[in-house]
Amino acid sequence: MVLATHEAIDAVWRIESARLVARLVRIVHDVGLAEDLAQDALVAALEQWPRSGVPARPGAWLMTVARRRGVDALRRAATLGGKLELLGRDVSPDLTPMEDLELDLHVDDDVLRLMFTACHPVLSVDARVALTLKVVAGLSTEEIARAFLVQGTTMAARITRAKKALADAQVPFQVPVGDELADRLASVLEVVYLVFNEGYTATAGTRLARVELCQEATRLGRMLAALVPDESETHALVALMEIQASRLRTRSRPDGTIITLDQQDRSRWDRLLITHGLSALDRAERTVRSPGPYLVQAQIAACHARAARVADTDWARIAELYADLVAITRSPIVELNRAVAVSMADGPAAGLAVTDTLLDVAVLRGYHLLPSVRADLLSKLGRPADARAEFERAAGLTANEVERSHLLARARST
Amino acid sequence: MKVLVMVKATERSESGDLGSPEEFEAMDQYTAKLVEAGIVLAGDGLQPSAKGKRVAFDVDGTTWVRDGPFAETKELIAGFSVWEVASMEEAVEWVRRSPLRGGEVEIRKVLDAEDFSDFHAEASPSGLDAPAEPGSTR
Repeated sequence: MVLATHEAIDAVWRIESARLVARLVRIVHDVGLAEDLAQDALVAALEQWPRSGVPARPGAWLMTVARRRGVDALRRAATLGGKLELLGRDVSPDLTPMEDLELDLHVDDDVLRLMFTACHPVLSVDARVALTLKVVAGLSTEEIARAFLVQGTTMAARITRAKKALADAQVPFQVPVGDELADRLASVLEVVYLVFNEGYTATAGTRLARVELCQEATRLGRMLAALVPDESETHALVALMEIQASRLRTRSRPDGTIITLDQQDRSRWDRLLITHGLSALDRAERTVRSPGPYLVQAQIAACHARAARVADTDWARIAELYADLVAITRSPIVELNRAVAVSMADGPAAGLAVTDTLLDVAVLRGYHLLPSVRADLLSKLGRPADARAEFERAAGLTANEVERSHLLARARST
Repeated sequence: MKVLVMVKATERSESGDLGSPEEFEAMDQYTAKLVEAGIVLAGDGLQPSAKGKRVAFDVDGTTWVRDGPFAETKELIAGFSVWEVASMEEAVEWVRRSPLRGGEVEIRKVLDAEDFSDFHAEASPSGLDAPAEPGSTR
């Protein structure tokens, strides 16, 4: 018998909850109800396991309890509203409690269905993120709220609304096929990457919660890659997240200021994550039909990861990859990144010429990094007066105090 | 957090016995589950210590190389993996699901997060490390 602390029960929950909820949705055809039943089973475990120990087959135990609660709930609903026949039809035959879950071949497909359902386009992006972390990653509402810096009650309401929206829209519990698959998969990947970036680029929150959010996203990405192994973009996203995460511990100073890529101590990059990320990238490149945005971003990240020293960076290749990414995303911000890469490959004049084409782009008008990049290039070209003006313009556009003072200091010293 | 999971050697593993096809199959299925759960970063089995070496260091830096096999079978390792998990308890729960029969597994946390400096938004003046507009990549 294993001593069942709350930590041990949390761990079981983390391992079993997605499969548990997914199985229950298959039976009750409602993500909200399935999740409630799974939570009931968790509450029962928290009551009983500290005394009885963790059962030998905790997944089967939770499933049995959840099903029993499901039947009870449906009986009550039936007495009240006469719906038993409708719902009971699907539930009753499936109620052999000792059924062996772990040999069920459909379970992993069900987890995949659950991911697609939680990321369904009828939901807002915020709702998709919250629901995915809740029902697929098995995080508590409180944990999700903390990670996204909102009140627990706000997050609970968001999750409740999301469940209701799924029920109202009668979203089918299935993995899309054919042309729909690519679009829907993009929606799932977007949610995973949003979670990662919330951890990676967040402006507030405790350090540890942030690292954990990155790891949560990476784990979801790896699950997805294992379940949809033929889709290049799933492997590419895993590669992108792992390679970026390999730099987490080298990208800031103790006071919180950011250390840019060229200044980082590369010997402290996490080699294991890089290796894993590069092999994910290899799988992405082997399964690719036409390169997607995550593949190109992962390739760019890999260029940096492969360069043992800053001076070894293959800027020409990175500039090419940014051109590919611009072709896919049509984003002027990506084009600005390309300008920087071009300046590293072919010199500041070539980079500046790329930024010239961005001066009239409306969405960049208030974007401080455009004048900031131009200032840097002008300074390298020996045009201090022009550089100073651009630094000052950039300083006027940023809301970030640290950044503003940094830009003004550069304006003064140029 | 990362953990190193070490499968301790047994007399059987030290004799070079790789296990029956059934045991292999069970271990493959288990590994597939770990991969699907998204926790595996690395892992492999090891040859018996008979094919291993030990390098000992004297206090003055003199080195001594010894050939295996080494005694104290239970202190030896027959295989390892590195997992990324949320807690030590999660690692324990996953190890409990292993099809191993007989033997012991040791789990050790890899030093990491505690060494992290606090990190914040990357202003990314170079723009090159930052992901390109996460929301727009569809």
